[in-house]
Order: sequence, then structure tokens, then C-alpha cells
Amino acid sequence: MAGLEDLYREIILDHYRSPRNRGELEVPPAHKVEGFNPLCGDEVVLYIDVDPETETVRDIKIAGQGCSISQASTSMMSSAVKGKSLAEVHQLTRAFKALMSIHESKLEGEGDGSDLEAELAGVRLGDLEALQGVVKFPVRIKCATLAWNTLQQGLDEAEHAPSP
Amino acid sequence: MSALDPRTIRRDFPLFEREVNGKPIVYLDSASSSQKPRAVFEAMDDVYRRYYANVHRGVYEIAAESTNAFEAARAKVARFVNANRTEEIVFVRNATEAINLVAYTWARKNLVAGDVILLSHMEHHANVVPWLMLAEERGVELRWIPMTPDFRLDLTDLDELLAGARLLAVTAMSNVLGTINDIRPLADAAHAHDALILVDACQFAPHVATDVQAWDADFVAFSAHKMCGPTGIGGLWARYELLDEMPPFLGGGEMIRDVRLDGFTTNDVPWKFEAGTPAFVEAIGWGAAIDYLNELGMGAVRDHEMQLTRYALDALRARFPESLSIYGPNDVSIRGGAVSFLFDGIHAHDISQVLDEDAVCARAGHHCAKPLMRRLGVPATTRASFYVYNDEADVDALVEALAKAEKFFGI
Repeated sequence: MAGLEDLYREIILDHYRSPRNRGELEVPPAHKVEGFNPLCGDEVVLYIDVDPETETVRDIKIAGQGCSISQASTSMMSSAVKGKSLAEVHQLTRAFKALMSIHESKLEGEGDGSDLEAELAGVRLGDLEALQGVVKFPVRIKCATLAWNTLQQGLDEAEHAPSP
Repeated sequence: MSALDPRTIRRDFPLFEREVNGKPIVYLDSASSSQKPRAVFEAMDDVYRRYYANVHRGVYEIAAESTNAFEAARAKVARFVNANRTEEIVFVRNATEAINLVAYTWARKNLVAGDVILLSHMEHHANVVPWLMLAEERGVELRWIPMTPDFRLDLTDLDELLAGARLLAVTAMSNVLGTINDIRPLADAAHAHDALILVDACQFAPHVATDVQAWDADFVAFSAHKMCGPTGIGGLWARYELLDEMPPFLGGGEMIRDVRLDGFTTNDVPWKFEAGTPAFVEAIGWGAAIDYLNELGMGAVRDHEMQLTRYALDALRARFPESLSIYGPNDVSIRGGAVSFLFDGIHAHDISQVLDEDAVCARAGHHCAKPLMRRLGVPATTRASFYVYNDEADVDALVEALAKAEKFFGI
């Protein structure tokens, strides 16, 4: 059985207690997006400022409330994507999701982890790797992925929003 | 001294023979769904093994036996809630379906735009969303009874709120706060305004002797699975005259008297509302659950839970005087055994995760009551809830596991 220390790594608790990039950005130019996890009431609010010229995440601020995993994951995500190009963000998102779904793909017989290696190749996850323990607690995977799904939704919306 | 002996009772529930993480299960989630005594699945097993045949269909012996057992279960439910007539019990899937049945039949027949439905801030989504759907569809106005700071209904403006109301739909016991609402005065107030009253008794009926006639209620909804019965079966009680005048709910077999190519006539109450093969095996299992509860005595069930809830409230406050907030009344005479709480700085989900290590099963989340959570200003709570098989040792295990969680998260 996986122990609590696998789930609640120190770096996660640190992000939970002292979330990075907490705050708001002016909308517009920033885009605001909210994500909910109906299971436990986790709530993630993102303010994403994308520079259309360079296609880069110029700034990101986070708000919301929820469990340590959802809030720490949001904080870590914000640090990971800030200043990155949209292409890099996309790559990070895929890599993070692969990290989270390793269990599911094995269960469904769709892969043996080699997909994961492919997704992770050349991507530096850094602190985000601390969230890997979450896959041993399948109920909590949604808590960890909420921030990334919300980010994806926000970037999609921002892309399709009429230019100011 | 409680008249119930939870340690003896636990032997009737095979699930408690199991261990999780090498520890005996401390089940504190009966407000979500209760465990089942052996007698319930033996009764269901008996149907499948000895007399399984569709009800109200065949003339052969085993069909007659299954039909008799099914209708006997209806009579047990009727007596359990003190219905005036057995036909006043409509079998449905659960309390949610019972409330939806009223929303789709009585309400859609009788309510028009501008009519008012009065609800309260402490309702479960099952008694909120069907009315929100009706409001969207019909332009019915929803009003809300607010809550006092000590977690009770604030009835100060009840008469104003009831002005123009056609229905008051309210819970008899909050699944989050444990608060017991005094139904009779609410029914009297509703009737004085020519409104009907629907009571969500899903939490109440498993724990307190239920008397729909003493309430002077019009509709009462409840589920079997919270009162030792199986899933997939529940009941709507309504006054016979109301049921008689209500249009049918789902169309199909059983609910008809005659079908022609150009129309149909409906069956008698209550079968008019029971289209299709019903969950009769589950209904029979529910009957066995009611027998089991009657054997214990609902008075003893209530006494036991009041004592255990008192013990739990005191133990939690004594151990965590600063860091823990309890959401619900402190007076156990006006509350049930669902105890919601929150630690400063630790999310309910994280608490539940740590409790799970010690096989302590407690619910974390919004408990299908988001309007209430917003009113309380919290995203989620942890909820421990008790039933006949719980005792002080379970509360002690909870307190110890919480102390561990507090230490782990370092507050």
C-alpha cells in the first residue's frame, strides 16, 4: 500500500502552504478561466496573459480553493508555464498528463509506459515530478490534473476570443 | 446506558468482518449510505433462489409468491412511516426520484409562471435541482428560507416567504449539518397559505421514527439504502387524494389499465406511477431492513445516536479546541448523527486521505449541498456520520486519526 509520504511530498506541501503566483491580472488583456472538480469542490481560477506577438505566456496568476493536491498542482503549474512559449506549454501539458495517466493506460492495456517515455522525452518537469505519487491514489488524479485542464481550456478560449 | 449494543449489532453486518490496511473498518459514512445486515441480502437471495418471477404478471404459484412479498414490503414501508393507507406508498428508485416524480407530475400539472416554491438553504441538491429545472422551464419563482448562525432554519419571515407559495419543499434532517427541522409547524404554515409541503426525509427516516400523519405532510421522500436496505429502491409517500389526481410519471407496462391504439387509461394508485418491472427484489430486501430496524426499535435507534453524537461533539471539541470548527447545532435533541467539521488550513479531502490510512471511512466534499457550502463559506467539509453499528470506540478512532492528520499537515 502506498504511504501518505508518497502522496504528500514535502515540495507539494510547500506549494500548498505558500502558493506561487497567487493574485489577479487585469482582464483584458489577460484571460480569466475557472475550473471545478465536482467531486470534492476544488476550484481553480487562472488569469493568463499571452503575448500574441511571441506566443508566450507573459504572466499567469492563480486563485481558488481546494485540497492540497489541487492547489499545489496549480501553483507548480503556474511556475512551470510562466515565460514559456505556447508550444512549450503544450508539450509540458502532454508530459504532465502522461505522468498522471500512466496507471490508466496500463489498466486499459494501451501501453506499458513506453508512451510515457515518448511524451517525457526532452521535457523537464522539475518540481512537477513530485506529483507522480498521486497516481498511486487514483481518486486524487483529478485533483492534480484540474489546473492543467483549466489551463488548456483557458488557452483555447484565449486563442478563439476576438482580438481586442 | 443505550438500549442498543453496537458490538452485537455489528455481527449482523458481514462487511465488518473485513479489514482495510490490516485494520478493522471504522465506517462513519452512513449518511451517504448505510451498511446492510445479513437479513437483507438473505431475503433478496431467497427471492432469487426460491420464488423469483415477475410481479403482477403471472398467475402461477411463484409469481403469486413474489407479488405477495412485494406488496407485503409496501405495507411494511407504509407502517414504518405511519401512512394512512398502504396504497400511499409509491416505489421509486430513491428519494431523488421521489422528488422528481412530484416535480414532473403534480408540479407540472398545477404550477404556472409566477407561482412560488419555497425551499431552504440547507437542502440537498435532490431537493434543489428539480425545482431549478422547473423554474427554468415554467418561470416558477424559487424562494429560500435562510439559516440562523446556529445552523437552524430562520423562520422570522416565513409568512412573507410563503405569500403566493404553492409548495414548501424542505428537509426533515440536513445531511450536512444534522439539523432536524420541526416539520409540523412548517406544514401548518404552508397549509395556512394554501401551499402543500414536501418533506425530504431521506436523512430523517433511517434515524428517527417517522410519522407522516403527525407531520400533516403532503409528500414525503425517502431512500432504502440509508436505512439498511438495498440500493435502487426508495419511496414516495403522498396523501391518497393527491396521488389520485396526479398525472402518471413514466409510461409503460404496469402503470396502465387499458391501452388502445388511440390512447390509454391509467392503473390505480400507486401502480399508476410504477411503469415497467419494478425493483421488487430490492423492495423485498427493504422490507427485511425495516423488520430489522423495528426489531431494534426506532426509539432505541434515536437514543443511541443522540448519545453517540453527544460523545463525538464533546470528544472533537475537547481534543481540538482551537483548530476544528463544527458545522451544526450543539444540542443533540435537535440534530442527527451527521457531524461536519473543518480544520483550519487543512482541506477536507486531505483529512479524509489520512483517515483512510486507519480504515476510517468518512466523507469529504460538498455533500451534494453546494448552496449550503456557499452559505457556510467553505469549499468542503469532512463529515462523520453514525448509525446503529457505531460506538464510542469508532469516535475514538476518528479522533486519533484526526490528531495524526493535524500533525502530518503541521498546523
